Amino acid sequence: MTAPLLTLSSVSKTFASGVSALSGIDLRVNAGEFVAILGASGCGKSTLLRLIADLSEPTSGTVQWSGAAHGATGRLGFVFQDATLMPWASAADNVYLPLRLAGLGRAEAAPRIAEALAAVELGDFAEAFPRELSGGMRMRVSIARALVTQPDVLLLDEPFAALDEPTRFKLNEDLLRLWRTRNLTVIFVTHSVFESVFLSQRVIVMSRRPGRVHADLPIDLPYPRDATLRMSAGFGAACHRVSEVLTRATGAEAA
Amino acid sequence: MSRREEPLGRVSRLLAPSVFGLLFLVAWEVLARVNQIPVYILPGPLLIAETLWTDGPSLLGSLWVTLQIAFAALIAAVILGLGLAIAMSRSRWIEASLLPYAVILQVTPVVAIAPLIIIWADDVFLSLLICAWIVAFFPIVSNTTLGLNSTDRGLDDLFRLYKATPGQTLRYLQLPTALPYFMAGLRISGGLALIGAVVAEFVAGTGGSETGLAFRILEAGYRLQIPRMFAALVLLSLAGIAIYAVLDRLSHLILRRWHESALPKDR
Repeated sequence: MTAPLLTLSSVSKTFASGVSALSGIDLRVNAGEFVAILGASGCGKSTLLRLIADLSEPTSGTVQWSGAAHGATGRLGFVFQDATLMPWASAADNVYLPLRLAGLGRAEAAPRIAEALAAVELGDFAEAFPRELSGGMRMRVSIARALVTQPDVLLLDEPFAALDEPTRFKLNEDLLRLWRTRNLTVIFVTHSVFESVFLSQRVIVMSRRPGRVHADLPIDLPYPRDATLRMSAGFGAACHRVSEVLTRATGAEAA
Repeated sequence: MSRREEPLGRVSRLLAPSVFGLLFLVAWEVLARVNQIPVYILPGPLLIAETLWTDGPSLLGSLWVTLQIAFAALIAAVILGLGLAIAMSRSRWIEASLLPYAVILQVTPVVAIAPLIIIWADDVFLSLLICAWIVAFFPIVSNTTLGLNSTDRGLDDLFRLYKATPGQTLRYLQLPTALPYFMAGLRISGGLALIGAVVAEFVAGTGGSETGLAFRILEAGYRLQIPRMFAALVLLSLAGIAIYAVLDRLSHLILRRWHESALPKDR
């Protein structure tokens, strides 16, 4: 058994205001895994993702990546809760941003931008501005931007929470396809039981105030997963099981 | 339900003020004639138009002098205002040290400081320029500073994630974010630069060949040439409207592809 790609050891985070967001988090993620972090709002799951991305420092504990290549963020892609695009830039320019910040010239970056946009089926919308795109398309641009640096790890923070259901289902399936074809390691934060079960191999259920890992549940459903899986009894049973754990995790101290 | 009726169409929006203005001018002319108000108190619009026609060429030269001051002041306000705003966004120390003085400069009436500046600056043009600049400077500084500090928090994170340098963050994130704010400041400053130039000219009261429009107004007042005074006033407000219109158009052209302010309202 190889060492996990990412190891969090008794990570805690207390904000300057004194609010304890996370407490004693232990978590291991292996290379190539698809892990969902599930919890009610306010359980610190976004904070956890920010710690993993090195956008925030833990108050105590460590976040470690195996292999020197990672230097924390070297090969990391991050998809934010809102699409978080630059409104003044076209889709292509938004996707270009990570490469531009790395010092790559536009001509040099062009094929990679085109490839990333094609991967999210937005090849024809390179010159469109964010306001001209639908919510789902904006999120696709955001994913293309995260993919353009060819990361090994993709972190997603409730990316599809604001989208309508058909769009969300479609993007879920597209994300699974990208995970498989690009050999990504994915950590996906969500508050949706169905989404977490549909996507991931493991669901980490969090309790809140302060955020802790309440349970680590394997999801033994076969891939590739698609629309038929959503109708299957196995999917329903898994959702039921995860849902019960989540209710216990959030209900324990909220009631 | 909106309390007001449907928004006006393009034609109505032009027609309504034109009709109102025309009615106002007709009423003015009629009142002036019926009451036989002396020309040195209130000339009628027709006489003013006639004076504008006859004195126009000489007044236009003076308008050009005033406009030169206003434009130079606006350009100086843009360069120094942007520079100061960027410096303040880079360093809390610079902001804490300089912002109070920018505010003091703004709240002190320019009429009150103008005599001092005129004494200190050797050149008349320069002293007028400084006065107009003082007035035009602050809206650009304060709006641009607000804009530079209004970056989207998600985008801030994104730039940090990709290890952007401070220069890159300024160029690719802060300056584009600040652009609509800067343009709003510029539209205010354009009008203020003209006002500043006129106020300074009133105080300076220069004679000789290089005389601005404000002094022409004073001069006409002394000589009781009230129609000429009105003609100069008309030119001045037309210049102010033109400056605003040009800057407004410029703002629209720059922001039309992405900013809410430049988007059509109906969807």
